[in-house]
Amino acid sequence: MNIHEYQAKELLRKYGVATQEGQVALDQDEARKIAARYGGKAVVKAQIHAGGRGKGGGVQFAKTPDEAAELWTRMMGMNLVTKQTGPEGRLVRTVFVCNPADIARELYLSLLVDRGTSRITLLASTEGGVEIEEVAANTPEKIVKVVIDPAVGLLGFQARQICFALGLAGATLNKGVVFVRNLYRLFLENDCSLVEINPLVITEQGEVLALDAKMSFDDNALARHPEILAFRDSNEEAPEEVEASKFNLNFIKLDGNIGCMVNGAGLAMATMDIIKYHGGSPANFLDVGGGATEDAVKNAFRIILQDPAVKAVLVNIFGGIMRCDIVASGIVRAAREIGIQVPVIVRLEGAKVEEGKRILAESGLKLIVASGLEDAAEKAVASI
Amino acid sequence: MSVLVDRATKLLVQGITGKQGLYHAIGCRDYGTQVVGGVTPGKGGTVVEGFPVFNSVSKARAETGANATMIFVPPLAAMDAILEALDAGIELIVCITEGIPVLDMVRVKRVLPDYPNSRLIGPNGPGVISPGKGKIGIMPGHIHKSGHVGVVSRSGTLTYEAVGQLTAQGIGQSSCIGIGGDPITGSSFIDILDLFNHDPDTHAIVLIGEIGGGAEEAVAVHTKNHMTKPVVAFVAGQTAPQGRRMGHAGAIISGGKGKASEKMEVMAAAGIIVVKSPADIGKAMAECLAKG
Repeated sequence: MNIHEYQAKELLRKYGVATQEGQVALDQDEARKIAARYGGKAVVKAQIHAGGRGKGGGVQFAKTPDEAAELWTRMMGMNLVTKQTGPEGRLVRTVFVCNPADIARELYLSLLVDRGTSRITLLASTEGGVEIEEVAANTPEKIVKVVIDPAVGLLGFQARQICFALGLAGATLNKGVVFVRNLYRLFLENDCSLVEINPLVITEQGEVLALDAKMSFDDNALARHPEILAFRDSNEEAPEEVEASKFNLNFIKLDGNIGCMVNGAGLAMATMDIIKYHGGSPANFLDVGGGATEDAVKNAFRIILQDPAVKAVLVNIFGGIMRCDIVASGIVRAAREIGIQVPVIVRLEGAKVEEGKRILAESGLKLIVASGLEDAAEKAVASI
Repeated sequence: MSVLVDRATKLLVQGITGKQGLYHAIGCRDYGTQVVGGVTPGKGGTVVEGFPVFNSVSKARAETGANATMIFVPPLAAMDAILEALDAGIELIVCITEGIPVLDMVRVKRVLPDYPNSRLIGPNGPGVISPGKGKIGIMPGHIHKSGHVGVVSRSGTLTYEAVGQLTAQGIGQSSCIGIGGDPITGSSFIDILDLFNHDPDTHAIVLIGEIGGGAEEAVAVHTKNHMTKPVVAFVAGQTAPQGRRMGHAGAIISGGKGKASEKMEVMAAAGIIVVKSPADIGKAMAECLAKG
């Protein structure tokens, strides 16, 4: 789960990590007042869960409180298009007004779980304010990496190693060490999967501040962090994915025209792959999971069919925990209760396959029965 | 022969009084595995479906001589269950539980080397089966056939698909192992490839990878340097978009890394027989075996 910048900064402050001052403005008058409090100047920032906001016009500088109010009006409700939102953009529903910092240097700092070492890893670079992927590709020597042993946590010498590499000295060095250590504590105690401070700035006054903050949390751990879960903003998630999650379905919309309903993430990906291999294009990824009920299967159909681009649906079930008879009953219910106007290709295999096939045969529904993965994909592509 | 599980395996089920735990304890027993009991703290001394229940893994091991365990406890309690099994000296720990926080697995991975006699398979996988000999997991037993091809995979149902194709081709399996779809797992592809490489009854291997991480790239290097047996591979997620987690917590292309196409290229360059279509796994293995 991702959160907004203003929420991330609230969490940073709670952990004693210095951040640029800022406040959410609920209307333009409030934006004006906040800017006035910051001495008249302000940085006005649109809050969406996507990077590249600056280039898209979602981060702008106001020289006066009136300008801040004007920017607030312009940003609120705008459809912000950035490199990460795709051409459809994202509606801005929250505007954050910040106190501009006197920036001397822009640096980069992040924490993540590295799969290769199975450990939390700190990355830092003197090249702040740009995309770290570019730095990694062009000047990998400018990225410093520290691997943290979970038995002892981030050690003082490691925090210093990072700060020395970032060129911090004197009082700023100590501030940097405190910053890094508190950031690690935040990461660990909240089950983060990524915390990225880009840029991390050193001000003219020698302060170390998080100017921006991106945070992602491990979905599997949210149950033990209700205060993080409260940050969830469903507006930032695709509505059909939110809808699917209510039925424990894992759904991701894609841009093709063959709807897919599969059990298991690996088989769901392989089903998409084989559709493409046979010249078709998948409309979605959908894993019904292992414990799906008839009702969940019916709703999976409903969600797939909501997409007007869908011209056929391929059901591919290899029963293990998921039983074919339950899937079959769910398909029958979907056909009766919501109606299915497009060809449905069904391939059933594994647990309770005979019962499943019988339920479908007795239903009188016009289904295209497939045997095997290849046959299913060929029939799905041919049905369009 | 086979790897990890056979007729001598004595299996415990942690979380045996839960619905899933009991269902699959029975499933493993029906398949022929010696399921010697289960563990549910607080329910020690009771018996469910003929399985004696113990309060702790160490007590269960002392009473039954168990050498393997299958874990079904809820995700937030799974780290504790794994560590308890390690502490009790269980040799094979198969964790089926899906949804364990990744930082819990960071901690588990840190202590695993302290228990060199134990092996963890999973979490978030279907488990292990040696067809005709025994199973520790949730896979449908009847699709398997005893034979000489080892199967290793990051996925559950896609493994069944591959096994189904092999069986349809008349090709039996020595053992089939799901290492799990999480970013951090107890055993890696390489750990399992080594087991198969040293198992005289495994003649060839099917490996099913997926997008995300660098496990398949590591497999390529390892195969080139160490494997003496042919490997047929498929990588799921060739059509997956960047930046989206495809169901498995581990299956995500991020920062342009972890793409299926790149994994397929490096594996093919290392001499692995890489199939583009998931429907060709069985066929490719049949051709590979025919060549000898």
